Amino acid sequence: MIVRTGTANLASVEAGLRRAGADCALADDVAQVVEAERVVLPGVGTMRAAMSRLAEKGLVKALANRVREGRPTLAICLGLQLLFESSEENPGTAGLSVLPGRVSRFPKGVRTPQIGWNRVEPAPGAAFVEPGYAYFANSYRVETLPPGWTGAFAEHGDRWVAALERGPVLACQFHPELSGKWGTALLRRWLTLVAAPC
Amino acid sequence: MLTARVIPCLDVRDGRVVKGVRFSSLRDAGDPVALAAAYEEQGADEIVILDVSATPEGRATCSETVRAVRRELSIPLTVGGGVRSADDAAKLLEAGADKVSVNTAAVRDPELLDTLAARFGCQCTVLALDAAAHDGAWRVVVRSGAERTHLDAVSWAREAERRGAGEILLTSWDRDGTRAGYDTRLIAAIAGAVRLPVIASGGASGPGDLAQALAAGADAVLAASIFHDGEWSVAAIKDHLARLGLEVRS
Repeated sequence: MIVRTGTANLASVEAGLRRAGADCALADDVAQVVEAERVVLPGVGTMRAAMSRLAEKGLVKALANRVREGRPTLAICLGLQLLFESSEENPGTAGLSVLPGRVSRFPKGVRTPQIGWNRVEPAPGAAFVEPGYAYFANSYRVETLPPGWTGAFAEHGDRWVAALERGPVLACQFHPELSGKWGTALLRRWLTLVAAPC
Repeated sequence: MLTARVIPCLDVRDGRVVKGVRFSSLRDAGDPVALAAAYEEQGADEIVILDVSATPEGRATCSETVRAVRRELSIPLTVGGGVRSADDAAKLLEAGADKVSVNTAAVRDPELLDTLAARFGCQCTVLALDAAAHDGAWRVVVRSGAERTHLDAVSWAREAERRGAGEILLTSWDRDGTRAGYDTRLIAAIAGAVRLPVIASGGASGPGDLAQALAAGADAVLAASIFHDGEWSVAAIKDHLARLGLEVRS
């Protein structure tokens, strides 16, 4: 189930999941977010726009709980950033606040937004993300892995978090749905996970 | 580190890919879905579709083309040509574009860039800047080259960045379709003036030209004729770039 965040590139996310073998539907209803076996939280746009949309639909708590409880959830791009407490992009807007810390802008002197393919290197223990090139389109990023999470790193100006993983929760700063065969294979790995180890 | 992107461009009219010289003398170059899929298979990093239809019927066809290409494509898709408003952009995004480019409409009403960035995000908002050499600098050209403005290309790039554009698709009107090589001075001038990524377009004849455009400061290189004519595959171009020491996605 793909959450309607109002601003996301839903057509691409849906097409990507279908290519990876998923049968998916769009929804923005609390009961659906609570009950769905797997939830995808896409996101392009700003944290403020996405959070106000999620708040309007009453989805903030349901999404935060899914991630806290370790239920299969895939967050994409801005979706990853929404898991944190705040972002330099919209000071004053609270994120889902499942993870501690603030999302920050790329340092001065590097092309911003970062648009294009960047090399992703998994951190020890990562189950889904493999080394390869992923497509990114972002101006903000998370600088370090939160305690208890693994994931992957990439470099643009400096080194930052390209993906986060804990059990069946996967959050990607890149767009797996736009990352060619590598991205489709990643989506397939996430979709075929069997149990949900909490 | 970000890799240098190689981007085939499909000029689409009434559902078919066409290619011209200096934005006119169009000839048929194939089916957009088949071409886009073939380019992805060859290692294209992104696809750009520019709708060069002249009629509303043609534009409606373009949405269908975008939808059909999206189903096949697992790499980013930028669509532009004839986007007049945020609602036009929304239709293309809904059909499966990841980024939308605007040219003439943004020159006429620069606030369109602010609106697009606010509604869809800057990473989704591409300024297509067509520039023609003029007295040692460059002037912005609109309406597919039919109209030269008095707007300085470098100032316009800076303004677009301030208003929220996330990327610049920079086409040299003088070089488009000529295979005379990219205008590297233009690329250096624009890439040096903004922090945004710049896609260079217009004039490619082979990998040497693409390498020069990248060396001049472009983050990505776009070409059409050299791919459509089957003279170069994307894979062969990327092999050459890699041999020249540039990092490309393999």
